[in-house]
Amino acid sequence: MEYFAEILITALLVLGGIFGLVGSFGLVKLPDQMTRLHAPTKAATLGVGGILMASLCWFFFFSDHSSWHELLITLFLFLTAPVTGLMIAKTNMHLTWRPEELPDPGEDRNWATFGQSADRSLMDAVPEVDKAVRDHRE
Amino acid sequence: MIRRLFPHPYLSALLVLVWMLLVNRFAWGSLVFAILLSIAIPALTEPYWPDRARLRHPGKIIAYVLLVIRDIVVANVQVAMIVLFKPNSRLQPAWITIPLDLRSPEAITVLAATITLTPGTVSSDLSQDGHALLVHCLHAPEPESVILDIKNRYEARLQEIFE
Repeated sequence: MEYFAEILITALLVLGGIFGLVGSFGLVKLPDQMTRLHAPTKAATLGVGGILMASLCWFFFFSDHSSWHELLITLFLFLTAPVTGLMIAKTNMHLTWRPEELPDPGEDRNWATFGQSADRSLMDAVPEVDKAVRDHRE
Repeated sequence: MIRRLFPHPYLSALLVLVWMLLVNRFAWGSLVFAILLSIAIPALTEPYWPDRARLRHPGKIIAYVLLVIRDIVVANVQVAMIVLFKPNSRLQPAWITIPLDLRSPEAITVLAATITLTPGTVSSDLSQDGHALLVHCLHAPEPESVILDIKNRYEARLQEIFE
């Protein structure tokens, strides 16, 4: 039993390591900023995921008490990774792309980073006062 | 009374759970402290969050999370293959616009996070009034199919959960 647990944990560690390595390699190999952004946000998910699973298994099989911190790390990672990705993407858009090069935003006039302010925001459903103020301004 | 104490019941439940996981072993004292936190934090942050996210089918969240984890694993392998074996000259990165049917800000946030977490796509911006999402694809020979995929797989399910 212990033997199989060790094999499982080792396999998870190697898997996590490989995906982390591929993510870092992608950072060097891919051609421009936007494509490069894909590599590290991905290594974060499966690479770190593999290491965390290994840690979870180790505590489960070889320690007197199980550990739950890994679940929290996963949760916080999944909450923060998209925000980081979004911030880097927006910076890239401002530094290396012009608004004309981006696809058309459909029924709205502009993408949020390039527009001045929202014409009718999602949040407008609630505060009637704000709407009155803005109509007055327009 | 209960509604006054717990203006955001799901947030309170999550806070208790997170605190207990942080403590890492069960003790009644920690549970009491967790409940105190779950009352204090929503009360302190209430001015910043006047509305409550409405969940129509909270039960479907678990199915959605499992689906996303499965997709993350599958797509991770695909992106690893692209990074390792596809020469840069044959890479076809693309910007795509995803028109949104979702209207609740929380649901759009979850959709954007899902798109970023699944490898190969990064959600980069929201349109001015929240009617479309700008997504960058690492390799998309057929952008139309990516849009359909995201709309059918994730947006339809989120719509069931939130609206």
